[in-house]
Amino acid sequence: MNAILNLASRLLPGLGRHDGVHAFNGGVHPPEHKNESSNVPISQLALPKMLVLPLRQHVGHMPKILVKVGDHVLKGQLLAEAEGTVSAAIHAPTSGTVTAIDEQIIPHPSGLPDGCITLTSDGLDTWAPFQPIAWQQGDKKTLVDSLRRSGIVGLGGATFPSHIKLRSNGQSNVHTLIINAAECEPYITCDDMLMRERADEIVAGIEIVKYLLGAETCLIGIEDNKPVAGTAMRAACQQGQAEVKVVPTLYPSGDARRLIQLLLDLEIPSDKRSTDLGVQVFNVATVLAIYRYFAFGEPSISRIVTVTGNVSRPQNFEVLFGTPLSDLIQAAGGALADTSHFIMGGPMMGFDLPSSQVPITKAANCIIAAKPDLFPAAPPAMPCIRCTRCADACPVNLQPQELYWFAKSDNFEKARDYNLFDCIECGCCSYVCPSTIPLVQYYRYAKSEIIATDKAQEAADLARERNEFRLARIEREKLERAQKHAERAVANKTEASAQANAAEVTPSARPSDSAVTDKQAAIAAAIARAKAQKLAGSPAAEPKATAPSKAESLSTPADKQALIAAAIERAKAAKLAAAQAGLAPKNTDNVSASVQAEINQTDAIREKARKLNELDSSEPDKG
Amino acid sequence: MNRSPYISDAPSVSTIMLKVLLALLPAIAAYTWVYGAGILMSIAIATSTALITEAALLKVRQRPIKPYLMDMSAVVTAWLLALALPALAPWWLVVVGTFFAIVIAKQLYGGLGYNPFNPAMVGYAVLLISFPLIMTKWPAPLSLAQQPLSWTEQLTFIFQQTLPAGMTVDAISSATPLDYLKTQLMLNKDVASISQSPIFGRFGGQGQEWVTAGYLLGGLYLLQQRIISWHLPTAFLLALTAISGAFYLADPSHFANPLFHVVSGASLLCAFFIITDPVSGPTTPKGKLYFAAGVGVLTYLIRVYGGYPDGVAFAVLIMNMCVPLIDALTQPRVFGHEK
Repeated sequence: MNAILNLASRLLPGLGRHDGVHAFNGGVHPPEHKNESSNVPISQLALPKMLVLPLRQHVGHMPKILVKVGDHVLKGQLLAEAEGTVSAAIHAPTSGTVTAIDEQIIPHPSGLPDGCITLTSDGLDTWAPFQPIAWQQGDKKTLVDSLRRSGIVGLGGATFPSHIKLRSNGQSNVHTLIINAAECEPYITCDDMLMRERADEIVAGIEIVKYLLGAETCLIGIEDNKPVAGTAMRAACQQGQAEVKVVPTLYPSGDARRLIQLLLDLEIPSDKRSTDLGVQVFNVATVLAIYRYFAFGEPSISRIVTVTGNVSRPQNFEVLFGTPLSDLIQAAGGALADTSHFIMGGPMMGFDLPSSQVPITKAANCIIAAKPDLFPAAPPAMPCIRCTRCADACPVNLQPQELYWFAKSDNFEKARDYNLFDCIECGCCSYVCPSTIPLVQYYRYAKSEIIATDKAQEAADLARERNEFRLARIEREKLERAQKHAERAVANKTEASAQANAAEVTPSARPSDSAVTDKQAAIAAAIARAKAQKLAGSPAAEPKATAPSKAESLSTPADKQALIAAAIERAKAAKLAAAQAGLAPKNTDNVSASVQAEINQTDAIREKARKLNELDSSEPDKG
Repeated sequence: MNRSPYISDAPSVSTIMLKVLLALLPAIAAYTWVYGAGILMSIAIATSTALITEAALLKVRQRPIKPYLMDMSAVVTAWLLALALPALAPWWLVVVGTFFAIVIAKQLYGGLGYNPFNPAMVGYAVLLISFPLIMTKWPAPLSLAQQPLSWTEQLTFIFQQTLPAGMTVDAISSATPLDYLKTQLMLNKDVASISQSPIFGRFGGQGQEWVTAGYLLGGLYLLQQRIISWHLPTAFLLALTAISGAFYLADPSHFANPLFHVVSGASLLCAFFIITDPVSGPTTPKGKLYFAAGVGVLTYLIRVYGGYPDGVAFAVLIMNMCVPLIDALTQPRVFGHEK
């Protein structure tokens, strides 16, 4: 049936044409293997006895657990709420009892255990009470905020919390919504089947998302190997809610930036997000989940999963999150005898599952039972012969052979220069490599090394900055104390001599004493001024000649202190100006502005204190 | 574990090299027809020397021997060198050239994928510099020879450099058209009268034209198989045509026409089989254009003003030196980046 429709779509004009669709560089067209699993409608999986719900099924922070072991929960009840900005909630996929909260093996490439809630089903599947949310009248911000409790994340595999993608701070400039229905990875058919069977709900979801984003237009990008889904979607879009655009079957057309390029001929700059240019992309299944949340109040508790490869009856299932993989495999007729392991995701970007007991999560779009015949181990890698098939295939237009060379030789800076971080790890380069070099693994390695180095560098910089700041502070405090001390000493003496002068009691030895103090204060002020001038580099700032006379004319200690203070301020200002003009000491090149200012200030104070100390030590009767 | 992608669709390195060898067959057939079966012996000597030296060096370098011998890259080098050498080259000349190509130019630089210079052209250049007399002495095509050598006589000449009684080397050899053109021009003859010589065929050298046609056929096969990209042969041939055309238009009596340059000497071998060596060539599309155009221009200049009749080997080696620079300066625009 499918094959006939496929053929028909190619023969009949208008069905398989790619009107107004653009192109990106490279891409590959692996054998599709989609028909195996797309001939049977989506089946409902039997209720599993036990569900294991990893807390981290999304990109971002771990949610906060709201239940404890022994709690009885209803289907759809919130088990863990989103915590922090980027986080997603977890709900009970069925009614039952929380029997464990511990670490278990999760479906992740690392194969490491992570926090999970284990739920033992009571077999009743009793729903928690839910109400639909009237989104048509709702305040957008409130609606989007409420999505935080939905647990909905990108179901295309990226698992980015959806409420963040809809957040607009009231001034969304998104004009175009793109629905990613390309499903470009081989084997996977969950989106295809969803569109065939639930196109109306998807389109209803599109209307909600359009409203929330304030988008005027919506384009649905579907690869031309899904003609039935395309027809169903077109039929559902009769009222012009969205326009179905057929794109050629070329991996990785389902990558968001590639799809935007295909549909809008718009190249999102590498350092920008698509929303900066008014485009937001949602996966087709995510939109449906959003619809069900608003229409029925249903949170995200299940998804469509393609089970294919080396199983008896490949097909799609609607699977509750937390369902053990083994249940799902059994429902597909069981894995055939020569099955070696299971892969989550497609053959281009998927990964080996650590066991057949891992739970199905929000990211699990496809499970492929693998056998050696299906995915033979790559022969030993040969040296790169620079044939540039990889560069021809790279959808980002990178030079994979250069990146490989740099990654292999740990020349990470060069790898970064050659835009390693633009690599989307789609695997096209490895797919076409005659030398069967595991290129993507080299890029992942280089990326993780660079990130680790950057983090270490950042930590070291911070520590050094802190240390410098601390040393500067200690020095400053010391100097401030010394300065206060010195100022007090000078003031005391001046005061004493002033009092002596006022009393007109002038013993023969005394006048010289007070004269000395007066003179010294004047000299100190003059020196400070001279220093300030020197530092400021402007000799005309204050004529030297006037300084002594001015100082001489001063009679009260308060005036003198004011003079000193002014000098200090000038010196400080001059120092700062010098620092700003790039005359700062060399060893402070890498410190932040605040630390720099601190150091400058300390230097100025140190200068002052030195002068005052000189003054002090030159005092003959200094105790 | 993340081992994806799990699938691949790529010819192996061996497959690529075998297709290159396959693409050389039409030219070898033409060569045999024009110059006799001696070339087959040259190819055999070069191939065995290449395999033996490659295996020996892999052993010394403690690399697995079988996979690297099976990649067939040494055989490709051997065939290309044998085809570039004069027909009926003495056996030791083939051995020395292959030795330099494999041992010095390839293995000492790190083997497959690491040689900055085209191994076959290194071997050729070493021989050209060391043994210029032998290297410029081509046997006349069988059709032009006064007394064509038989298969066994050719073998005897290859291994012992002796000719049947009463026959001289001059009797079986002749200058190549490129060489002849060069020497005759120095005697102040003009191109038109020089081309009257029987060694000139319809477009290039008598007989040699057919070998050239073989290279063209093989090259088109490689293009169709996507083993080589169109950039290199196109840019090379365009550049060679453009520069020879400019000189020809300026003074047709002193400069041969572009077609002559394209079909003579090693032009088409170079266009489809030498500059298309991926290892020693540039990787960016624009870089390939610059590189090939550079080889084209240099080839012509060496032919016309250099000391050697043909300039392909030196042109390729000089441009090989520029490859890192060319690659660095011609990086294509990455998706989402400004130029």
